[in-house]
Amino acid sequence: MSLSLDKAMGISPQAVNVRAQRMELLASNIANADTPNYKARDIDFRAVLESAAGGGNSLPMARSQAAHLDPNAGAMNGQVEALYRTPSQASLDGNTVDPQMERAAFAENAVQYQSSLEFLNRRVSGIREALRGDR
Amino acid sequence: MSNLFSLFNTSASALSAQSVRLNTVASNLANANTAATNPDEAYRAKQVLFQSVMDQANPNGSSTAVRVAGVTESQAAPHAHYEPHHPQANEEGYIFRPAISVVEEMANMMSASRNYEANVEVMETSRQLLQRTLQIGQG
Repeated sequence: MSLSLDKAMGISPQAVNVRAQRMELLASNIANADTPNYKARDIDFRAVLESAAGGGNSLPMARSQAAHLDPNAGAMNGQVEALYRTPSQASLDGNTVDPQMERAAFAENAVQYQSSLEFLNRRVSGIREALRGDR
Repeated sequence: MSNLFSLFNTSASALSAQSVRLNTVASNLANANTAATNPDEAYRAKQVLFQSVMDQANPNGSSTAVRVAGVTESQAAPHAHYEPHHPQANEEGYIFRPAISVVEEMANMMSASRNYEANVEVMETSRQLLQRTLQIGQG
């Protein structure tokens, strides 16, 4: 049996990737907290992870011809679709950023990024241990 | 492919935009009492206009930086004060002071500095996370 590093790592690398992208989105929201007409964006982590794991209760669109739209076109280059936030308090200048909520989400995401990273790290040490064999 | 490095650009753009805003607040406050002989020469309050910038090289990317689209001058007419002994008074004894609300400027300054702090925090957190990412598999 050949060792597939991709399979051995599991879903952790994708999770870290999505966390990093969410971090970028949240940082953009914080940076644009005072920009008129800026719309805050975020991603639905659970839905993304389910689709990355190949599961979920979604019915993917089938493509029978090359001219059909590719539903995975965005996912192919590692990008996840960002959704717009529903503002809790609409602002007169068209900005939908709630700075407190964005900062909380950023802190939460930073911890989750660290935990995903830790899982990945443990996987790597596990594989190294297995490769080394007896000492 | 997203990367955490572009996050530094985003936050840095916000830092520089907010510092331009702080700068205009400072000059508005400094000139709140500057008198002029006629209304056209009076100082006018400056306001910055923020605009978000899409990353040209990566239009589908997640990061959206911010820039100062321009600095506009307030259209509010300067207030006339009757002070005939003021060295800058005109023939009728009036001087003109800019229509600057100090309270409004202070509120603007607080908003700018809070936002600046938030962005510094974002940069600090992402720096730590990047460092941890670089240490994967070393344990």
